[in-house]
Amino acid sequence: MTQLPGLLDTEALRKDFPILDRVLHDGKKLVYLDNAATSQTPRQVIDAVSEYYERHNANVHRGVHVLAEEATALYEGARDKVAAFINAPSRDEVIFTKNASESLNLVANMLGWADEPYRVDRETEIVITEMEHHSNIVPWQLLSQRTGAKLKWFGLTDDGRLDLSNIDEIITEKTKIVSFTLVSNIMGTVNPVEAIVRRAQDVGALVLIDASQAAPHMPLDVQALQADFVAFTGHKMCGPTGIGVLWGRQELLEDLPPFLGGGEMIETVSMSSSTYAPAPHKFEAGTPPIAQAVGLGAAVDYLTSIGMENIARHEHAITEYAVRRLQEVPGLRIIGPVTAEDRGAAISFVLGDIHPHDVGQVLDEQGIAVRVGHHCARPVCLRYGIPATTRASFYLYSTPAEVDALVEGLEHVRNFFG
Amino acid sequence: MKLDSMYQDVILDHYKHPHGRGLRDGDAEVHHVNPTCGDEITLRVKYDGSRIEDVSYEGQGCSISQASASVLNELLVGKELAEAQRIQATFLELMQSKGRIEPDDAMEEVLEDAVAFAGVSKYPARVKCALLSWMAWKDATAQAMGDAERKTV
Repeated sequence: MTQLPGLLDTEALRKDFPILDRVLHDGKKLVYLDNAATSQTPRQVIDAVSEYYERHNANVHRGVHVLAEEATALYEGARDKVAAFINAPSRDEVIFTKNASESLNLVANMLGWADEPYRVDRETEIVITEMEHHSNIVPWQLLSQRTGAKLKWFGLTDDGRLDLSNIDEIITEKTKIVSFTLVSNIMGTVNPVEAIVRRAQDVGALVLIDASQAAPHMPLDVQALQADFVAFTGHKMCGPTGIGVLWGRQELLEDLPPFLGGGEMIETVSMSSSTYAPAPHKFEAGTPPIAQAVGLGAAVDYLTSIGMENIARHEHAITEYAVRRLQEVPGLRIIGPVTAEDRGAAISFVLGDIHPHDVGQVLDEQGIAVRVGHHCARPVCLRYGIPATTRASFYLYSTPAEVDALVEGLEHVRNFFG
Repeated sequence: MKLDSMYQDVILDHYKHPHGRGLRDGDAEVHHVNPTCGDEITLRVKYDGSRIEDVSYEGQGCSISQASASVLNELLVGKELAEAQRIQATFLELMQSKGRIEPDDAMEEVLEDAVAFAGVSKYPARVKCALLSWMAWKDATAQAMGDAERKTV
């Protein structure tokens, strides 16, 4: 077995993930390499969600009975855990949403309805990048169409990095918000946060960072990032689906208007008007995803017990090995950085002229789960003149043997369509 | 083994040697995409009255979507519209069968090479690939016939 420096004890760790024992298609062991789409769930998280439903299930913030108090304590306890996980200065800066898309849409809508100095209107500009997930493109297109604000973006270099050569023309005095991904979901690129944040701060623009592909894989410190908002989702970091996070600086959350109205987000309501609860509740209308938040709290505990530095080191070793092995496959071209430097563990590639859909199908037959298509980042495919990619993405339980299985699988694909 | 039921030789052959590929003169043109995987097709239909004179197409996509367009061209060109619609409906029925229809001789007579796609119907994610060109043809035909109707009124 291949030994690489920095690997976690995956043999022990994989026992926490019952699904990884699955055997598919007449005896093929599951090789799960679709972690950028969703991660698998450890027993600890499954148990926390089960226990919540078996023992504590109630609605939060509105009962005086024992279960309601327990459910509230668990839900708010999850907020404390997430706040500590991202080094938030205050727990009240952590808003629970249903996913990262909702978090990003929430910011776009806060700004669309905001008063000065935050208001986005026809005199102002919005900045994103060409490597964003659709969830960090479409909300800004909508905001741009509705307000008349101009939408601008950073292009990409040939080797899958952001082209910041024209940063002073892209981010200007007119820029109200700069929203970009910390790690590309399609190419794995880790972006230079500091350079972008510094320019945004110089012109007084707000910064929103999409950390969906970062929070699961590396230490995330919202204070060190110096952003104004950070969005991520639970199901890519060992948590359940249906729970996302938006972190925002407290003064902004106080100043900005709510988006969704309903129960829980109010202070008083009369037939003519209402006043709102303080953040984070101001942005959490209706019954929240309680069990999912509890599950996310358990996921945060799980990841913390392993250590985010250790996870990052493991993934770096796997990524280094994977980019090297993949480039040995004849006809394979990596879309994105070809070294493990400043890169995450999502690796997209094309294999000769074999369509990714066919690549994925033949890999699936061998028990290997990858993602094929444009990965909700179609502009990246257009940029590099390809219809789609095959993407293998690794996580804390991924092994060098799984990289080997992928490489062997790709040989099989080549033979099949050769 | 299961894989061979999807990637029949007939399909791989159409994929590698497509029939009627390339855009030619037409009465109507449509562009259809499969948003989940990025398959795209531009398709034109040319009618001589109610007879299909040509179906020409250009696109990019997986072997299933490309082979399906090739089979469509081979099957439908030269047919009367009513018969083509019957073939399309039969193909749709087969593709939506989730692998439950085992094509019989009667179906094979209607679908010819297109029966090879029976195995694809077991893969929900790929059914859309197989149907892409057929939906495009239906759409283009509706447009061409609509235009023709408007012209005669």
